[in-house]
Amino acid sequence: MPDVVVIGAGVVGAACAYYAARAGLDVVVVDRGPVAGGTTGAGEGNVLVSDKEPGPELDLALLSNGLWRELAELDGFEFEAKGGLVVAETGEVLEALTGLAGKQGVEHTVVPSGGLGDYEPHLAGGFAGGVFYPQDAQVQPMLAAATLIRRGADRFGRGTLMLRTGVTVAGFLRDGDRIGGVTTDHGDILAGAVVNAAGTWGGEVAAMAGVHVPVLPRRGFILVTEPFDEPLIRHKVYTAAYVTNVASDSEGLETSAVVEGTPSGPVLIGASRERVGFDRTVSVPVLERLARQAVELFPALADRRAIRAYCGFRPYCPDHLPVIGEDPRAPGLHHACGHEGAGIGLAPATGHLIAQTLAGHRPDLDLTPFRPDRFEERR
Amino acid sequence: MKPLYDLAVIGAGPAGVAGALTASFAGLDVVLIDAAPRPGGQYFRHLPQGFNAQAPGALHHGLDGFTRQWETLRARADVLLGHKVWAVERAEGTVTVRCLEGDREERPRTVTARGLLIATGAHDRPLPFPGWDLPGVLTAGGAQALLKGNLVVAGRKVVVAGTGPFLLPVAAGLAEAGADVRGVYEANGRLGLARHPLLAAGKAGEALGYGASLARHRVPYRGRHAVIAAHGEGALTHVTVARLDSAWRPVSTRTVECDTLAYGYGFVPQLELPVQLGCATRADADGSPVVTVDGGLRTSVPGVYAAGESTGVGGAVLAEVEGRIAGRSAAADLGRRVPPLPRLSRRRDRLAAFAKALLEAYPVRPGWQGWLRDDTLVCRCEEVPLSAVREAQDLGAIDARSVKLLARPGMGWCQGRMCGYAVACLAGEDPAAPRRPIAQPIRLGDLAAPTRSPLEG
Repeated sequence: MPDVVVIGAGVVGAACAYYAARAGLDVVVVDRGPVAGGTTGAGEGNVLVSDKEPGPELDLALLSNGLWRELAELDGFEFEAKGGLVVAETGEVLEALTGLAGKQGVEHTVVPSGGLGDYEPHLAGGFAGGVFYPQDAQVQPMLAAATLIRRGADRFGRGTLMLRTGVTVAGFLRDGDRIGGVTTDHGDILAGAVVNAAGTWGGEVAAMAGVHVPVLPRRGFILVTEPFDEPLIRHKVYTAAYVTNVASDSEGLETSAVVEGTPSGPVLIGASRERVGFDRTVSVPVLERLARQAVELFPALADRRAIRAYCGFRPYCPDHLPVIGEDPRAPGLHHACGHEGAGIGLAPATGHLIAQTLAGHRPDLDLTPFRPDRFEERR
Repeated sequence: MKPLYDLAVIGAGPAGVAGALTASFAGLDVVLIDAAPRPGGQYFRHLPQGFNAQAPGALHHGLDGFTRQWETLRARADVLLGHKVWAVERAEGTVTVRCLEGDREERPRTVTARGLLIATGAHDRPLPFPGWDLPGVLTAGGAQALLKGNLVVAGRKVVVAGTGPFLLPVAAGLAEAGADVRGVYEANGRLGLARHPLLAAGKAGEALGYGASLARHRVPYRGRHAVIAAHGEGALTHVTVARLDSAWRPVSTRTVECDTLAYGYGFVPQLELPVQLGCATRADADGSPVVTVDGGLRTSVPGVYAAGESTGVGGAVLAEVEGRIAGRSAAADLGRRVPPLPRLSRRRDRLAAFAKALLEAYPVRPGWQGWLRDDTLVCRCEEVPLSAVREAQDLGAIDARSVKLLARPGMGWCQGRMCGYAVACLAGEDPAAPRRPIAQPIRLGDLAAPTRSPLEG
């Protein structure tokens, strides 16, 4: 009998499994699909500290950023410590941006208008300036998730960390009041604890245990260009509008493109943010807006072709914070979901903190802001 | 050009032209759109100028009729050739078709209509094998393009291989054009044609025509044989031909000298546009996703029709019949008086049954996967070898999509049109309907600009 069943083989589930195995626990990861087939496989791979307001999410992002650098030692995926450049359209926005950077307490450099070209030679003119964040980084999220599970199994033993794909959880097993495993379409799995790392579908998993965790989908489209021979863009580049959109409560479409190159050549442009449920219908206006913003940042992109677009569903909670920790309403059930568009960046810290609570240690960060029952009072 | 048409038809092959013409005769304002500069689709377009005169009757089967339809249509409807459709949308009963006009200097164009007929046909279905990326190895469709006359065909030493009845016209066409066709290797039994109800479908003449042509040129036609490797330094010099068992495992091999290999293992219906619109799809007899349609060729999305290969690969004659039915349905649904024509539906049923029998007679057997080596490229755009696909599966990829996400096959320029079928087979599943929100590469500058209708220029 394993100590822990992790539901979800996305990047968050993979990190939970990796750190739990490292803590000496026996772990089984189950996923109804393949490894990294949900939101992880539909993201950009952002590891950002620049876009977070000071507070619990930024603390989580900073812890995670350091952990990603350690995990990058595992052979199998690339951690690109490229840095992020946030540019401001006007002097007023630049003032707000530098003000935010000062409050964040994150390593950064304020870049005057004339200095932007040193960072990004192909950036359009006319920006008032920007802030450079050297800690912003990029991983290929699918490879990162698959590698965490594989290397975890290699290092800590295959009996210790096991991946079972194509296994759908149908319900929970109980041991008195405690959650004591899961029932699946491939039989029951008894376990000391269960981690809900089902991402956008985390609310449905919680409901099977009879608890309410409001995780909702927010659709994001990403545009991909043809490959470039010469890298045109060096960093993650986005406008200051992105920061306000990330924290937005708006129902409607918001786009503020993050533009960046990738090791395989294409430029990624994304992502939009829309609350339209699980609707995959192509929205041409969204793609048009992403393209417009990318061309406004880098006019040289106008002549390059988009060859592909994809969308995914970012799991968000009403207060835009993830849900991390054991559920007092269902002891033995630990949640690790609702990371919205930041799941790749926040995965290692989430896994690390979950592993600490599973092993009975005091977590490195206070989990109170992330507690699963925090939505009860609002119902 | 009109601001709003009754019906937009995408695809100027047999289905699209017949559908557009039928709808136009029934009183609809029709616009026909095709990416190519010439009409005809895959079936008619590649016939070279002046080829008809020398070719046996079977080879330009139906071309005269198609040409007549085309000329009539041009006088009655708007025709936009050289317009690549990159997206279609539907809202409040109106379909918006977004196109790029021209080749190098593309210009965005928008067409709107109350109804849409999708007749986008199919493309070649190659399988990977060692050496398939050598210059000189062509898809069967590529060989048809060769026949168009851009390259000298006469004197070339050609091998034709793969499966399906399409190999015969390709081989016959090459032989008639003066190529030295060294052999036609059909991976399934060559009796497939004789066993199946060709006579019932009235195709005997066509098949006999190709057979006679091949016999006249002394071209050997062998069943249960396949090209399992191509060789050469920088260009094709010879191929390994294997005799196969019933699962397509090689039993014995020999070498055949050639400088050109034309091969194909059937066709993949082009479904990105119906998938963009949310049309329901189903698996055809060979596992390929095709658009689900009713007896009137209506898709699951109101006002959207599909005809030809996108509803199931069945050839030009079936495509034309389906086009006519779809054109009638579109007119009837917009309130035009269209008398019933049960004869047409019966004809479609008969032809569709024959098409299904052909798909079943010429399946792709799993043994081809054994022809691959670790370093055989599965995806040529992204240069993904078989070993990378296997590594992805080892990491937990259990379907084609996750193989693609981890190992990148299908991420490149052709977006999986070439390798999608093979990757699905290697992943152990039927190919899924393609999700391509951008059906054609489009410049970001064009995507960013507000699109103009043809009216505005």
